[in-house]
Amino acid sequence: MKVLMEGSHAIAEAAIQADCRFYAGYPITPSTEILEYMSHRLPQVGGVCMNAESEIEAVNMVWGAAACGVRAMIASTGQGISLMQESLAELANAELPCVVVNMMRGQGDYFQATRGGGHGDYRHIVLAPHTVQEAVDLIGLAFHLADAWRNPVDVLGDFVLGHTAEAVEFRPLDDSTLPPKTWAATGARGRPGVNVTPLGRPEKLRLDPGNHYEHIAAKLPRIAAAERRCETGFLDDAEVAVVAFGSPARFVKYAVRVCREQGMKVGWVRPISLWPFPDDALAAAAGRVRALAVFEQNAGQMIDDVRLAVLGRVPVVAIGGISHDHSGFGVGPLLEPKTIVARITAVYRGKAAA
Amino acid sequence: MTTKPPADALAKVAARPDLLLSTQHSLCPGCGEPLALRTILELIAELALRERTIMVCGIGCYTAFPGIVDLDVIQALHGRAPSVATGAKRVLPDRFVFTLQGDGDMVSEGLQEIVHAAARGEKFTAVLLNNGVFGETGGHMTATSVLGQRTKTTMDTGRLAEKHGWPIRIADLLAGIDGSAYVARGAMHTPAAVRWTKQILRDAFQAQLDGRGFSLVEILTMCPTDWYVTPAETPAWVETNFGPTYPLRVLKS
Repeated sequence: MKVLMEGSHAIAEAAIQADCRFYAGYPITPSTEILEYMSHRLPQVGGVCMNAESEIEAVNMVWGAAACGVRAMIASTGQGISLMQESLAELANAELPCVVVNMMRGQGDYFQATRGGGHGDYRHIVLAPHTVQEAVDLIGLAFHLADAWRNPVDVLGDFVLGHTAEAVEFRPLDDSTLPPKTWAATGARGRPGVNVTPLGRPEKLRLDPGNHYEHIAAKLPRIAAAERRCETGFLDDAEVAVVAFGSPARFVKYAVRVCREQGMKVGWVRPISLWPFPDDALAAAAGRVRALAVFEQNAGQMIDDVRLAVLGRVPVVAIGGISHDHSGFGVGPLLEPKTIVARITAVYRGKAAA
Repeated sequence: MTTKPPADALAKVAARPDLLLSTQHSLCPGCGEPLALRTILELIAELALRERTIMVCGIGCYTAFPGIVDLDVIQALHGRAPSVATGAKRVLPDRFVFTLQGDGDMVSEGLQEIVHAAARGEKFTAVLLNNGVFGETGGHMTATSVLGQRTKTTMDTGRLAEKHGWPIRIADLLAGIDGSAYVARGAMHTPAAVRWTKQILRDAFQAQLDGRGFSLVEILTMCPTDWYVTPAETPAWVETNFGPTYPLRVLKS
């Protein structure tokens, strides 16, 4: 059964449907509605919502809950995520599964999310939904992947996604294949004590940090090989492909359709996982088209990954840009189909420089 | 005059507590922190709490402990143990949760966390090992270094109020917060102080087990290396330098 929900509330409800039982947050626009929803809804299912006194405390409360084996989530926007970076880095070293939602202002947090804004050799898996239904589905997937890989998973949304209401359906994943969390700290009942630590191996009497960091780094290529996700459209005869992620990709899909109606052979590529980046799909697209046009609502961040994926085989042209209204929260005037169509058309006619 | 203790008492003092997996640790001779750990482990065994205990360890010299205690341990980042313990205790409210932090961890880096945890009345027990220095980094001033104390960063003058500010009496601060149920200060520098500290730890643990709210035990621990004295001189150092600022007493019960 479908229900009409605003994006932020749908994301929160999807987490609960995925058995998230702990949430901590600090109010910040445009993620606050997730905290509001969790504060009344989580206790109804026996969960805990903490209105934390800072982002740093919030993420470390999530650390504690996750270390006890409970599915836990935190949400903020890029500014708040910046404050959490030490913990977000070390959560990966502690191999603690959790979900981090970033409702961005615009799309300026691509680098922060995909490069790992903190210290050391780690990555978070990053998923970028473009509709409320996809956000609901990816939240469930995020919890699943976090447990499967024992690594934090980020869901990167934005102001538009958070405040768009859509009819959505909750379709919980089958988590029965996941291994039991025997590593969790629950009180050493009938077994030796365990360590849940970012500083080394969990076994007592042999911490061995150097070996542990190698173990963490060795997971990354395996995740990269297994978890690339991408959607494409109209690539069969396309001469130009537009690359976009998140809410702007929805506008791009529409703009491409308009271009098609005007006779232009244009397609689109929409990365769903931003790390690992679907470089295979981008390389395949580059083999078909004469140019890639990257539309992102920032000064040019994902375009670096597009260029790395295609390795100079075709020109890669930036057609997005920083775009905010007076609020600065990311309601970009650039998210206007006519503008996007004009920019795609310029690339198509060879009038936009790479 | 010294009285020779009975042989069985010596054997007991020298023996390894049940919950300690190894007597090997990387701390300095004369350090007070292993004594504090021993006291805590003895108490957990006496109260039969092992199977429901979650220890949350901060970052400092005592970060050597998680690997050698037969308890479930969550390692927290510097300053963050109270928030991590909050998450753990809130999802597993029937477990016994305690934190172990140094003064640099709790009072310098993590002051906001411990104050808010106390104000929320979080039902875990916070243990502060206070030696007035950042021991692990090599002996630098913390928020609890006492006036006159020589550290690597106050070497020429000792801590001067007009230059470095005053030490924070965290136990006094937290005793004044509505959410705290039990707050007391002990020390490890004499047998009598150890016995006193074991008693206040027992009372603090009981406050948690009774669900009465947040509890804190501050334990003054010796750091001969960074106080620039021999281990034998540390009891007098505690009395002279810590005594006036940090008297041993129950501040709230």
